[in-house]
Amino acid sequence: MALSDLDLSCRIGALTLQNPVLTASGTFGYGREFESFVNLHRLGAVVVKGISLAPRRGNPPPRVVETACGMLNAIGLENVGVERFLAEKMDYLRGMRATVIVNILGDSVEEYAELAGLLDGVAGIAAIEVNISCPNVKKGGVAFGTDPKMAAAVTKAVKGATKLPVIIKLSPNVTDIALMAKAVEAAGADAVSLINTLLGMAIDIRSRRPRLANVVGGLSGPAIKPVALRMVWQVARAVQIPVIGIGGIATAEDALEFLIAGASAIEVGTANFINPRACEDILNGIGAYLEANKMTSVRELVGSLAV
Amino acid sequence: MAPMQLKAEILRRETLAPDLIRLTFLAPDLAAAARPGQFLMLRAGAVRDPLLRRPLSIHQITTSGWVQVLFKVVGQGTRLLAALAPGQTLDVVGPLGNHFALKSGGNLCLIGGGMGIAPLYFLARELQRRNPPERVVPLLGARTAKELRPLADDFVALGLEPRLATDDGTLGHHGLVIDHLSELLVSGKPWHIYTCGPYPMMRAVVKLCREQGWHCQVSLETMMACGISACLGCAIPAAQLDGPYKHVCKDGPVFGAEEVAWL
Repeated sequence: MALSDLDLSCRIGALTLQNPVLTASGTFGYGREFESFVNLHRLGAVVVKGISLAPRRGNPPPRVVETACGMLNAIGLENVGVERFLAEKMDYLRGMRATVIVNILGDSVEEYAELAGLLDGVAGIAAIEVNISCPNVKKGGVAFGTDPKMAAAVTKAVKGATKLPVIIKLSPNVTDIALMAKAVEAAGADAVSLINTLLGMAIDIRSRRPRLANVVGGLSGPAIKPVALRMVWQVARAVQIPVIGIGGIATAEDALEFLIAGASAIEVGTANFINPRACEDILNGIGAYLEANKMTSVRELVGSLAV
Repeated sequence: MAPMQLKAEILRRETLAPDLIRLTFLAPDLAAAARPGQFLMLRAGAVRDPLLRRPLSIHQITTSGWVQVLFKVVGQGTRLLAALAPGQTLDVVGPLGNHFALKSGGNLCLIGGGMGIAPLYFLARELQRRNPPERVVPLLGARTAKELRPLADDFVALGLEPRLATDDGTLGHHGLVIDHLSELLVSGKPWHIYTCGPYPMMRAVVKLCREQGWHCQVSLETMMACGISACLGCAIPAAQLDGPYKHVCKDGPVFGAEEVAWL
């Protein structure tokens, strides 16, 4: 069976994606950075670098540090802002016939809603992914994603401002991630994606200073995969809406684990840095697995975990 | 030229000095596209620890499609690269970043310290093709003769006369490479400077250039996860401190000295 005969499509709310392999926000730029490595139109979707209302400069360096089987980053959400994103980045993505999911972030519920409104109706944007791991400036800097009420408030505000499918990207830095998933589901989320990075730090013992200027940063890469997989499994059992699995996926085998655990789709993150062709390699590998196991649709696999 | 991702066969591994390794690999398309100052993201194999590729500047290319990198073994990533034997494959992404602007004419000086000498050799060869040898002056420094001599010999083989310095005085001037800068001043001529090496060395070079009104191109390095401007991890402060950060992989690695902050 050729890859084209396999049904790799998946549904995220009202949105049907041609396959379940997406890029994780912040690891794939605005797509064009990968033009010489990946056929963007072959991907399930390109989830672009998180966009805020105003451009952000990001954190001072050092911003990244390598850790065992992973890396810490504290980029500080550097981005060009929504205005420049729409003016400078979308034309290329439309021209590549890429399915585009725009990741958004904000300091307040109102900012999220305003962003969602600005993206609503823009040609070529298929969905919105909401990064709720940012601090709520009006509530003393507590991350939206660590409080079910605040997470629900953001979800409701974004849903009210756009007709696009809304994916809420969950933070793993909580005690009960299923609780968070249920809160955003009740608030109208069309899907959840998880996990964002795990908060971590690293210290230079010679200088006794933190290795990141921001002191703490987000841990990603293969090191976090078992944690991410466990959380995806817990969330998939707790909600009815589709779950997108993220966290340390570097190979097709990794991706298959998340699908079996209950993810309808997956996002490839840090692996893009090491193997810029990772997304297509993973897509091909999923196809080969389905074929070898005589499956015709990737949906046969989703949530097929035998406990 | 768009960067490529390829598996290249190792042709030769040389240990020039303890922990100083020169790897030669076959990559004709890469060699054809590469410009002095550009870099590669390298990986010895599908290892997960260490996870990231290692950024290394292009040391030399040949018309027969050979590419060389020169590096010191400083940690696990470089140790794995150093362990590659002829016949094994190296995973390469590149060529990446911008390149040195090649000057024809004028008085050109290349100032390299330690592994910063690596990209300057490729540069020296291209400059030597465009300029009389006496107009291309390398100032090279390293810790000790063992490290500096094999590199200096390559510059001599190009027909250039490098001024040398070692920290321990075992080769050339006993002291810092920047001590040779007085020679440039004495010449009374304006210089165009290319530099790569330890930050304090480059800062001293940049300071002199600013005082003298000389043009200066610097090649910088930072921690870097991807090399293709996706992670934005390689930010450095711009000359205008409250302006947007520069990114070494995309805006560099070669900068005009006046573009970036010298803190």
